Amino acid sequence: MRRVFSSLWLAACFACASLLATQALAKEAVPMAQEPEVEARLVKIAEELRCMVCQNESLASSHAELAEDLRREVRDLIKSGKNDAQVKEFLVTRYGDYVLYRPEVKPLTWALWFGPFLLFLMAAVGLVGYLRQRRQAMPAPAALSEAERARAEQLLKD
Amino acid sequence: MKKFLIPLALFLGLVVFLAVGLKRDPREIPSPLIDKPAPAFSLPTLEGSQPFGPEDLKGKVWMLNVWATWCVACREEHPVLVAFAQKNAVPIVGLSYKEIQPQDEQGGKLAPEAKLQLARERSVVWLQRHGNPYSTTVMDLDGRVGINYGVYGVPETYVIDRQGIIRYKRVGVVTPQLLADKILPLIRSLETS
Repeated sequence: MRRVFSSLWLAACFACASLLATQALAKEAVPMAQEPEVEARLVKIAEELRCMVCQNESLASSHAELAEDLRREVRDLIKSGKNDAQVKEFLVTRYGDYVLYRPEVKPLTWALWFGPFLLFLMAAVGLVGYLRQRRQAMPAPAALSEAERARAEQLLKD
Repeated sequence: MKKFLIPLALFLGLVVFLAVGLKRDPREIPSPLIDKPAPAFSLPTLEGSQPFGPEDLKGKVWMLNVWATWCVACREEHPVLVAFAQKNAVPIVGLSYKEIQPQDEQGGKLAPEAKLQLARERSVVWLQRHGNPYSTTVMDLDGRVGINYGVYGVPETYVIDRQGIIRYKRVGVVTPQLLADKILPLIRSLETS
């Protein structure tokens, strides 16, 4: 009993310690910004934007110098009271739709947005057509003739 | 026999499709600035005295070349530009892009004047060594003009027409072939139009 209690105690201590440790870590990760609201919006917008230098990274996570400069621009735009759409517009006019991870739905991007569904639909239609054709190609087996039936019975008897 | 060929044809089609995709350069992204007015700016020049802006060259076809002394690819491109400048086809304006890099400021942030001075000193030395194809060079120290021009990889080159409209953009090194096949014909047609 005592051993169980002490091991429980140890576990509780360990849990507390690790909790404290993660809290300490979390504190370290807080950005050194004077305006947390601006910073929160910056991160939210930047996660939706592509870094042009390391193309598979978002603007929020990239360490490229250009990304840092662009975050500075976005920060300034937010501070000057621009809304999220205006901030994205700023980058799109300079770098094109490519910076958006979620491109706008417009004629130019229709293939991108609806192409996969179209391909799926085409595959589904093809499959249904194929299955129908196969069913028609294989006629139902004809009924047994008198002689065949007699032979089958003979075989079953043996 | 025929049925067996259909998946094979589909597969080969896919292979061709993907092969073409692999060959394409993912860094080549069409610029939304083509056929748009060149963003205005007013920046100090390498030569000092007056600041320079795109409106100073209004009525002329000109080229804007983004470069920096720390840019390795620019060194490769530079002799091509120097040779091209000797033909005196169009003025080439150099945009010195973020000459002062973060590693230059490890010993503490530099004041704007000190930054400009250091950038000028370095650029002058570099241009003396490698030749100067630029009619003027403007200093974009914080990279803001670069952002307005959608710069994301140095070197970049723009062709701007008489009305101040961007007609062409090249991301990466300008080659003699590109000059002969694309840029020069474009300049000629812009100059006669």
